[in-house]
Amino acid sequence: MIALHNISKKFGSFTLADIDLQIEAGEYFVLLGNSGSGKTLLLGCIAGFIQPDMGIITINSEDVTRKPVQKRNAGMVFHDSAVFPHMSVARNIAYPLEIRRYKKKEIALRVAQLAELTGISHLLQRYPAKLSAGEMQRVALARVLTLKPDVLLLDEPLASLDVQLRSGMRQLLRNLNKQGQTIIHVTHDYEEAALLATRVGIIEQGRIIQTGSPGEVFRNPRSAFAARFAGFRNFYEGQIAELNGKKVFSNATLKVVVADGCSLGNCFIVIRSEDIIISREAFASSACNVLNAKIQFIESHHDYTEVTADAGLPFYVKLTAHSVKSMNLNVDDNIFLHFKASAINCITV
Amino acid sequence: MYNRVSIFHLFLWLLGALVLLFIAAPLLGMFFATGKHEFFHTISDKEVTRSIGLTLWTSMAATLIFAAAAVPFAWLLARKKFRFKGLVNAIIDIPIVIPHSAAGIAVLGFISRDTMLGRLGESIGISFVSNPAGIVVAMAFVSLPFLINAARDGFAAVPEKYEKAALNLGASPARVFFTISLPLAWRSIMSGFIMMFARGMSEFGAVVIVAYHPMITPVMIYERFGAFGLAYARPVAVVFILVCLVFFALLRYLSNKSTE
Repeated sequence: MIALHNISKKFGSFTLADIDLQIEAGEYFVLLGNSGSGKTLLLGCIAGFIQPDMGIITINSEDVTRKPVQKRNAGMVFHDSAVFPHMSVARNIAYPLEIRRYKKKEIALRVAQLAELTGISHLLQRYPAKLSAGEMQRVALARVLTLKPDVLLLDEPLASLDVQLRSGMRQLLRNLNKQGQTIIHVTHDYEEAALLATRVGIIEQGRIIQTGSPGEVFRNPRSAFAARFAGFRNFYEGQIAELNGKKVFSNATLKVVVADGCSLGNCFIVIRSEDIIISREAFASSACNVLNAKIQFIESHHDYTEVTADAGLPFYVKLTAHSVKSMNLNVDDNIFLHFKASAINCITV
Repeated sequence: MYNRVSIFHLFLWLLGALVLLFIAAPLLGMFFATGKHEFFHTISDKEVTRSIGLTLWTSMAATLIFAAAAVPFAWLLARKKFRFKGLVNAIIDIPIVIPHSAAGIAVLGFISRDTMLGRLGESIGISFVSNPAGIVVAMAFVSLPFLINAARDGFAAVPEKYEKAALNLGASPARVFFTISLPLAWRSIMSGFIMMFARGMSEFGAVVIVAYHPMITPVMIYERFGAFGLAYARPVAVVFILVCLVFFALLRYLSNKSTE
């Protein structure tokens, strides 16, 4: 378990203030924040590169606040990987083991295992100059895993990868976490957070303003930053299967038709709240999804009104105040929600 | 698309050629003025070869001995922030900007028999004045800035993330220095070595004050010129320049090879 108690750090005009955070063993914690929010700084505090002005950091109940970097077992993967350019991939991975004076045979075995795990066995003899960004990240990951770190610290590990490589890397990270590896991952990409995290923290201007499961945080954003992803609030987990020639997303309470382009299997679907239409009566239209729902809340914001409707799961719909008035919508009214299959974003897990 | 040669650029080329000629002409003139007979006579002159040998080894010794402290110091200058860092950097450059005869006077005052260092040396059997040990000190004094500056720039050019990553992987600061910082800055450090070695080898002013004898080659060239004239000094100069050039070509080649 990693615990931060009242961590504060002043950095010129920027302050990391009163950070209180507990990350349980086996958690995949994603710290989500814009650049300049202090998220990388916080990671630096845990790794030991930065000494907080105040507060205590413990790893497995041991106070490591004043412990030098090299004595903390908190393995970090840097944003731009930091694979040593003057060593082959194999030597890079062996580096931490050589420090600990492992026998040559053991090193070779461990390097081979980790290369296998991270899918870089064919690259072992290469030098970093000849690797792609994705391969470098895997080398950095393999290298840091040799230590069996108490916690894996990831600083925007997917930012430099293109879309295809990302899903492979995500899979790898998720598997590591499933095997029990505690992970703290900082990113500005909420999709990453949604797809990987067992728990999310939102950091803004040096303060952690919200933590919780991805669902909780995205459905009930407690900050402008999280609310910027308000379109992301219609966010559901389930499976896509083929049914009567159509692709259908379903979970325990929801069944909707999705676009043919979506891949089968476990996934998240996201429907922007602007893309949902409310009607009093069911009517035929090009929108193939029509759900029966009941209005739970009507909330006015300064430039729009948000209607929360219960269709088994909550749906958030953005309307103009004018539409709400002309349709005379009230709490507890029964309505229909319409949205097109093509308005659904599928994010395959 | 047309590619007219601009008159201005032609003018620049002309200026460049003049500068090049200015450097090459006196050297070539000296080579051509030296007859075959004189040349071979000089390279078989024991006094000359001994002096060249002395110059090479003292300069190499100065470079190696002082590098042991200068290179780690260069790392500190590249990485750490401290008060008066600007002043420290300025002090390092002093030997470059002062007259070398003045540097020689300063060094002599520091190592002569009646100073603490001089007495310390005496007690373990080393006399600095008129001794290769004094030559080494004088050469190091004037050439050290070249190594420190090159090494500092080399370390500064190594992204700090590599050092941080190594620490994070459990390496001690000393191990990080030897396995990460030093190898990654090696090209610059090598080039600093070569510069320091070259500068030490060609030093005249500081050495002549600390040790007229044993005679390093720059002093010998000066002495032959003063005692016998240009014709006697020239063949020694030619031989020494050739030796220098061969050495640099060799060192450059080796350092490029080691950083490939």
